Amino acid sequence: MIGPNGAGKTTLFNVICGFAVAQSGAIALDGKPFRPRPHHLSRHGIARTLQGVGQFNGMTVLENVLVGIRGGRATEEAAYEALERCGVSEFAGAYPASLPYAKRKRVELARALASRPRILMLDEPAGGLDSEEIDWLAELIRTVETTVLLVEHHMDLVMSVCDEILVLDFGKPIALGSPGEIRGNEKVAEAYLGTAA
Amino acid sequence: MVSAPKKVAISRKKRQRISPLLVVIPAAALILALTYALPPFRNYQLATVGAYLCVTAGLTVLTGLNGQLSLGHGALMATGAYTLALMQNRFNLLVAGIVVAVLVTTVVGAVIGLAAARLRGPYLAGLTLAVAVVVPSIASTFDETFNSDQGLTVALEPPPDAITVEQWQAWVCWGAALVTVLLLAYLIRGRFGRDLRAVRDDETAAKLAGIGVARTQVLAFVVSAACAGLAGALFAVLAQSVSPGAFPLTLSLFLLMAIVIGGLGRLVGALIGAVLLVALPSFAQSIAESSGSVRLEGNLALTFFGVVLVVVMLAAPGGLTSLTNLRIRRKSQKGRK
Repeated sequence: MIGPNGAGKTTLFNVICGFAVAQSGAIALDGKPFRPRPHHLSRHGIARTLQGVGQFNGMTVLENVLVGIRGGRATEEAAYEALERCGVSEFAGAYPASLPYAKRKRVELARALASRPRILMLDEPAGGLDSEEIDWLAELIRTVETTVLLVEHHMDLVMSVCDEILVLDFGKPIALGSPGEIRGNEKVAEAYLGTAA
Repeated sequence: MVSAPKKVAISRKKRQRISPLLVVIPAAALILALTYALPPFRNYQLATVGAYLCVTAGLTVLTGLNGQLSLGHGALMATGAYTLALMQNRFNLLVAGIVVAVLVTTVVGAVIGLAAARLRGPYLAGLTLAVAVVVPSIASTFDETFNSDQGLTVALEPPPDAITVEQWQAWVCWGAALVTVLLLAYLIRGRFGRDLRAVRDDETAAKLAGIGVARTQVLAFVVSAACAGLAGALFAVLAQSVSPGAFPLTLSLFLLMAIVIGGLGRLVGALIGAVLLVALPSFAQSIAESSGSVRLEGNLALTFFGVVLVVVMLAAPGGLTSLTNLRIRRKSQKGRK
């Protein structure tokens, strides 16, 4: 999901997660009406990361990930698996505040992955990351065995990992298609540049 | 220059943590030995520390681990104390009376907790402050039941002849305190403890991790209220009477100051706080007595607490328990060099 600032991307994410109420329209999951509540998302197999970093500074990295594992299977083994997947298991005993921003983003991703979601919602995960970290993130998104909903401004990342792209502008969808289709769409160019390409 | 992040790997084997039982059992033996060694007045002070430990342990879970500021725990103690007094005067069954006092305070705590879960920061402090002011005045309003400002006496069976009253009080208070600490230690080391801290650190991230934030906050208040109710009941046993004057607003402030000085969120900090709650007023009283000023006697304890709070916050912002962490960190840094 892409669009200029203020297009409503994060707001749509918030509506899907139950942090905001939609003025119109409906949300469906598996073809059934879905009334989201933030703390019930994990029960439906949905995990989300936040813009910036959502972390628990009073807990170690390992505990941060353990928090994400619900339903009686909060084992350290599962937490380590997620940390290893994100390449931060070596910091398991450290506190997140002592880590660089990119590593903290990875810890947050590990917490989301530890819940073994079937839908992973990533809100601007590439924000503030260098090219090496973005390459790592792209590889993770490509290889993770789950559906990923991505809100992102980094076009190279979006074009390289997405199967389908929805473009929003002022709260309205203006285009939906494959990366190739979106790249050549005049409406999209106008929304981003102010004039048709 | 920014230093590289430390790699603090933990073995994938389950982390070794000291079982709370291994701390509580030797502590119980030590307390038992002390009750035989100490004179009656010191035993009374020891018992008071045990009673305070119940409430400070619960308050540090609420404020330190869950981030909810309560200025009303003195009122919850009053609830427990009056319930025990009414139960004792009617049935004279101490254990049942303590259990009912805890249950009644738990219900009151749940009601306050439901409101508290909707409030944050100064608004929450304001609500709990109102509770601290209102609850003792209920005793004056319903004077037929609570006997107004004179309060109620607490009927108690005398202890066995072989031990003194103060020794028996110390056993009762520390028995309850150690059970409380043991239960809290097990409660906070698992998922519930993680949930408490997650809600304190980032409510949005906690919700996304599947934690019911409001439910966790209410549960924290309920647990803390139960501990305060138990402490109140123990104070009724200690004083053998209850009155509104025993639970003033300053008591709630003292409790909060004690856990901050001891170290928020740590049961060891709660123990340090409980010791200070007994030691500092006693110290202040002895100074005031030697100076011969009655006015000084009433205000010196609060002054002492204030001064200690300022000094500790300057020297160790994490409370006295954080001093040990600092020392361990310095030692390990020296070892690495």
